[in-house]
Amino acid sequence: MIETFYEVMRRQGITRRSFLKFCSLTAASLGLGPSFAPQIAHAMENKPRLPVLWLHGLECTCCSESFIRSAHPLAKDVILSMISLDYDDTIMAAAGHQAEAIIDETIEKYDGQYILACEGNPPLNQEGMSCIIAGRPYLEQLTHAAKHAKAIISWGSCASWGCVQAARPNPTRAVPIHKAPGIPNDTPIIKVPGCPPIAEVMTAVISYIVTFDRFPELDRQGRPKMFYSQRIHDKCYRRPHFDAGQFVESFDDEGARKGYCLYKVGCKGPTTYNACSTVRWNGGLSFPIQAGHPCIGCSEDGFWDKGSFYDRLTNIQGFGVESDADKIGVTAAAVVGAAAVTHAAVSAVKRARHKGDES
Amino acid sequence: MTTLRTPNGFDLDTSGQRVVVDPVTRIEGHMRCEVNIDDNNIIRNAVSTGTMWRGLEVILKGRDPRDAWAFTQRICGVCTGTHALTSVRAVEDALGIDIPENANSIRNIMQLSLQVHDHLVHFYHLHALDWVNPVNALKADPRATSELQQKVSPKHPNSSPGYFRDIQNRLKKFIESGQLGPFKNGYWTNPAYILPPEADLMAVTHYLEALDFQTEIMTVRTIFGGKDTHPNWLVGGVPCAINMDGDLSAGAPVNMERLNYVKQITNRSIEFVENVLIPDILAVGSFYKGWLYGGGISNQSVLAYGDIPDRANDYSPENLMMPSGAIINGKLEEVHPVDLRDPEQIQEFVPHSWYKYPDEAKGLHPWDGITEPNYALGPDAKGSSTNIVEIDEKAKYSWIKAPRWRGHAMEVGPLARYVIGYVQGHEEIREQVDFTLKTLDVPLPALFSTLGRTAARALECQWAARKQAYFVDKLIANIKAGDTSTANVTRFDPKTWPSEVKGVGFTEAPRGALAHWVRIKDTKIDNYQCVVPTTWNGSPRDSQGNIGAFEASLMNTKVERPEEPVEILRTLHSFDPCLACSTHVMGPDGEEMADVKVR
Repeated sequence: MIETFYEVMRRQGITRRSFLKFCSLTAASLGLGPSFAPQIAHAMENKPRLPVLWLHGLECTCCSESFIRSAHPLAKDVILSMISLDYDDTIMAAAGHQAEAIIDETIEKYDGQYILACEGNPPLNQEGMSCIIAGRPYLEQLTHAAKHAKAIISWGSCASWGCVQAARPNPTRAVPIHKAPGIPNDTPIIKVPGCPPIAEVMTAVISYIVTFDRFPELDRQGRPKMFYSQRIHDKCYRRPHFDAGQFVESFDDEGARKGYCLYKVGCKGPTTYNACSTVRWNGGLSFPIQAGHPCIGCSEDGFWDKGSFYDRLTNIQGFGVESDADKIGVTAAAVVGAAAVTHAAVSAVKRARHKGDES
Repeated sequence: MTTLRTPNGFDLDTSGQRVVVDPVTRIEGHMRCEVNIDDNNIIRNAVSTGTMWRGLEVILKGRDPRDAWAFTQRICGVCTGTHALTSVRAVEDALGIDIPENANSIRNIMQLSLQVHDHLVHFYHLHALDWVNPVNALKADPRATSELQQKVSPKHPNSSPGYFRDIQNRLKKFIESGQLGPFKNGYWTNPAYILPPEADLMAVTHYLEALDFQTEIMTVRTIFGGKDTHPNWLVGGVPCAINMDGDLSAGAPVNMERLNYVKQITNRSIEFVENVLIPDILAVGSFYKGWLYGGGISNQSVLAYGDIPDRANDYSPENLMMPSGAIINGKLEEVHPVDLRDPEQIQEFVPHSWYKYPDEAKGLHPWDGITEPNYALGPDAKGSSTNIVEIDEKAKYSWIKAPRWRGHAMEVGPLARYVIGYVQGHEEIREQVDFTLKTLDVPLPALFSTLGRTAARALECQWAARKQAYFVDKLIANIKAGDTSTANVTRFDPKTWPSEVKGVGFTEAPRGALAHWVRIKDTKIDNYQCVVPTTWNGSPRDSQGNIGAFEASLMNTKVERPEEPVEILRTLHSFDPCLACSTHVMGPDGEEMADVKVR
């Protein structure tokens, strides 16, 4: 009785030809070659929808709001056709005990088979009761669902790193999912950071899992490599202005109107690993730098506690229009790379450059 | 009998069966609701509990005030941007910064597009399932549905019988798959759902259409703010510089192509709201117009600060396109002016909130507020501190404080704004309200209800879409007149600031009146306070025993099946609760919280 994605699409009046085109586009959006399209088609034709429990802790719900903004695939098609979103208190019809019953029903029916999607994070202070679900600490609901999950997706910077409520002094002692007491050590955790993450990155992570029946390859910090292995700076359309020493000195100046580099007004693009400058936002329409604001580094661990968003990353002396462009690029990348605690700057630069050559 | 009359006129009786709803779903954040019902299933006591707290304001202390918009924006990702706008206004007020006209227009476009997006998504994706039964839609005749659609909205192109048949088939397979997703465990056999199947099918179809279309509405904020959710803002103006002509115009934030995009989306938003949302509200309303519960305090005490300044930097009521003022004691003919700086007007109380004051009989103005978390249940609570079975509302029972305007519990939001605008003779509001009442053939008092709240939100959605077009035109006209300025940076450098200043900024968020109070000392935030819409609406009792707007609105409602709380959800959802907004509050002394042990 469980229908597949393909069947659903067919019933919508979508032709096989359009379906295959969709598969090619999906392959492309995942950064895969056209040879992967048949594999995607096969998966879409044969798989029931993947059960997902989407839990909400301390959060602002920006991840859900981002998710529903996905342009390809549309959130409607993900919810109706790819996954079975059995619990998500933001959109589910049921409330109270009928809602809570779904968690145990899902565990019973799909033990070890469902995805636990976490938005927000659990607080440990106040007996855990600064986030209450069904009269009990959210941490209890989280660990209960985590123990039976196939894998966990940590949506956004709250679940991945802690984000704003965990910024100093973290009054509720909010912790990211992987640091929450009681989360099984052997359950894979896929971090999809960002405040929020890009909508199409969220839906691509889900489609990848549904399509290939495996989890995307992760970096050392647990993020999908396909979206988080390059810095914003590496693929920024304003990068040539950085290399040429052409900077916005203050907002709405001549440089701002010409789209010069925002590094001097605080851009964190050089230390931020995310797909904003490649995938861009809201159907590829724009990203913060294109709209004239420096990147605030919202996908990085502890980005709230690294000084003002308008402070320059570091002072790099002695470069300007007269310098050699390559030299500036390498110097800048190495310096700012060193500022990022968790990354080996040189290898990151090399890797980024190598990948840049491929595309 | 254990009846108790509250000062704001509600008779609370706790003798009947206690019904608990936790979690209340389809809201932003986390909340719990408990009610007592009598033998006739009428609600005689209501208790609303905010069940989350994050402490953002203590996190803001010591930060750069120019960064505050980003922190406060993360109070809420649903009304994304509205806190950011409030924050930059508060900081600009403190530092005496005027913004350019273009920045005012762009901010208004962003704020209005939020109203449009938020109101639309609220109705279809958070609220509709309280009225619309997707399972019943399977029984609909697609041909009759098509006729209904063409009757209620002749201009909407998606109206053929085949179209509705396809949607119905998709829905049928979805439900028959056994994987019901978000519809699982809904109350689909409850007699509280009364729409005919054709209306259900039409509304479910628009649930899906709206889910697709909302991805477009917010793109105007992606153009001006770079991303959505959580676009970028700037103290002193907007970050998106304008360049219409130069050789580097293509890479500039705002150019001809970008403006065309904004204009097109704005026009499409008006079309969707007028051809889909408004007709649906009238259609659903026509079936439910006998269900007039949920008025609460909306005909007694309502509050709005006003918003959408026509000209930049003038926040007087005459220049604000959204109404402002306060009505109390049910005296609709008298609208009081509201002063956010007056320590006697807005005060917050905590005797029933999980915080501590030295003297809890008194309220405190936000500039002088104190907050210390103090989580504990009352003596009559059932369960334990980490397993609440029943709340004791005689003691502390919520993470939400109780704000009051001159001692009164107030309702804020679209209905409050529309009531105030109506009695003030706001022309556009009068026209919309009169048309709606006439179409539904109901008298003015019908407005003071759950449905009235829902209708006011839809009307405001339409109003906001039209005003968005006004500001797009205004922006283009101003650029044409030669003004391309977007930011005033004369006081962007902290070295130019006085050593000690304070300011207040306000907006009308989709959910209601919102204000931030900031004190800046030696270029850093010394104190930051937000009083947000759901703090008003979702407030617990105060020291006088007044119940808040949520609680009042549930009173005397009949529930068909106490174990299936669809009527409670219906009324709570009509406020569009936002709990992450309401429960983040921290005071200036919060950093010395004795109860917090950082282990």
